[in-house]
Amino acid sequence: MNRRTHFAFFDEGSKREIRRSILKAICVPGYQVPFASREMPIARGWGTGGLQLTLSLVGKTDVLKVIDQGCDESVNAVNIKKLVVATTGIPITDKAEEATLIQSRHRIPEKPLANDQILVLQVPMPEPLRMVEPSERVTKRLHAEKEYSGAYLVLFEDIVRYGHMATGADHPVMVNDRYVMAPSPIPKFDNPKMNMSPALILLGAGREKKIYAVPPYTKVVSLDFEDFPFERESFAGKKCRLCGAGDTYLDELENPVTGVAEYQCNDSDRCLTALKANAGEKK
Amino acid sequence: MTDRLIDREPQRKVMDVRGLRRQFGPGCPSCKTKLIKNYCPDCGTVHALRDISFDVYESEILGIVGESGSGKSTLMQCLYFDQETSSGEVYLDAFEGGKVNILSCSGQTKRYIRNHLFGMVYQNPLQGLKMDFSSISNIAEKLIAAGKRNAQAMEKRATELLDHVNIPEYRMKDAPKNFSGGMQQRVQIARALSNNPPVLLLDEVTTGLDLSVQAKVLDLIKQIQRELKVTVILVSHDLGVIRMLADRTIVMLNGEIVESGLTDQILEDPQHEYTQELVHSLL
Repeated sequence: MNRRTHFAFFDEGSKREIRRSILKAICVPGYQVPFASREMPIARGWGTGGLQLTLSLVGKTDVLKVIDQGCDESVNAVNIKKLVVATTGIPITDKAEEATLIQSRHRIPEKPLANDQILVLQVPMPEPLRMVEPSERVTKRLHAEKEYSGAYLVLFEDIVRYGHMATGADHPVMVNDRYVMAPSPIPKFDNPKMNMSPALILLGAGREKKIYAVPPYTKVVSLDFEDFPFERESFAGKKCRLCGAGDTYLDELENPVTGVAEYQCNDSDRCLTALKANAGEKK
Repeated sequence: MTDRLIDREPQRKVMDVRGLRRQFGPGCPSCKTKLIKNYCPDCGTVHALRDISFDVYESEILGIVGESGSGKSTLMQCLYFDQETSSGEVYLDAFEGGKVNILSCSGQTKRYIRNHLFGMVYQNPLQGLKMDFSSISNIAEKLIAAGKRNAQAMEKRATELLDHVNIPEYRMKDAPKNFSGGMQQRVQIARALSNNPPVLLLDEVTTGLDLSVQAKVLDLIKQIQRELKVTVILVSHDLGVIRMLADRTIVMLNGEIVESGLTDQILEDPQHEYTQELVHSLL
């Protein structure tokens, strides 16, 4: 193994610059702080924003967990883990409760996080107003003036067209009653987990060169209308086919033999833990 | 016979524009003496608006005519805060009782004034509408910006307004990009009226429309003005439009007001050389 690289890949100057941006992001919850996003050994769009946050924060005593769409073993998650381990030598884990640092793509773990943990989310599109306003210069001004009719407009258009707010993921949220923020493409199911979260949530967009944050115990409210309140995805009456959980975010799978839809926990860590507990009960 | 004249209440001043200037360039001493039209040959400064002052009274239609490049649209855009002004004052009766110069307000306050107290119809519908969103959403955007959060109520109001401007119900959910120019203009008018603004700014609303559609749009404006008692500032280079709609008229040339008065007076007995030329060239 090439040990001649810096600890955690980055030189100290880079880490410092990113940490400063992180501090600013924490000070102004939901505000997108620009930072000098670096070329990474993985391609932009594969979590370079999250990876830069992780590498700038990781220390020798940290334990890392990386999730990709709820799974610890997908290619993206495995490669990021390999890079961090190769450059730091820190232990990795699949268990959310053991990790001090969790980098995630498109999910917030089902297990409740604690206030000594940091959740890093990978963000493709940090600007919640981009759908209605292509110019960065203008969206900056809109944020400054707290002019968020554009974000509501997108939701209203859904109501006009489909009769409900049709956002699948990345449903915009109001942070600390000030900034509207893209929560990264987490399902609506995970939005309420951001509200008053004990863990620090950091969001990094590598291609768009933005870092923003939800500090611990911060109010996060999903945007909605008086007569169309925000609702999470409903899995009423459905259960995980493996662990039997009925209170998690479920993936719909088609049984190739029978052609019947089956459901399974999206968060593999939570599902495995439940399976082990179930096995223990049976003994 | 004289009763009608005596019974009329003195009209309330709704808007007061004082010494409005808009210049592109640094300006120099010879700007005062050597201008070619509105261009200074020494420093290259363009004086788009030079010391514009006028009053607008309650529920009147004030027409602004002038050749292209005379500063009509610049004036409208300055009033609607689309452009910065170089100097000058604007007082609006509906805002702080007309005691505060709205041009000196903060960006947030200006946005409030735009969203609550002004309605604007642009010459080019591209500027005033979100072409990819449904017509209903385009109207709702203005309502959302004014703080409304009840989706059904907004949809109902938008439908009423679109009905008012004769957009058939089966096309209300269509995007304005699929509409004809006249329909787009009517959607813009409906949008501008959505939260009953005391002042409506119309910038060349009928330019580029064919004659029958023009007549329809003009009828609509007249009708709206009578029904809703809204004050209208109407910009046009077409004296026919001005003659049909405006109670009073201002004639602009090279960024200056060269003549103002009752529309009939100006058309029957033009005083300024340019106005005479304009009136005589009327087909």
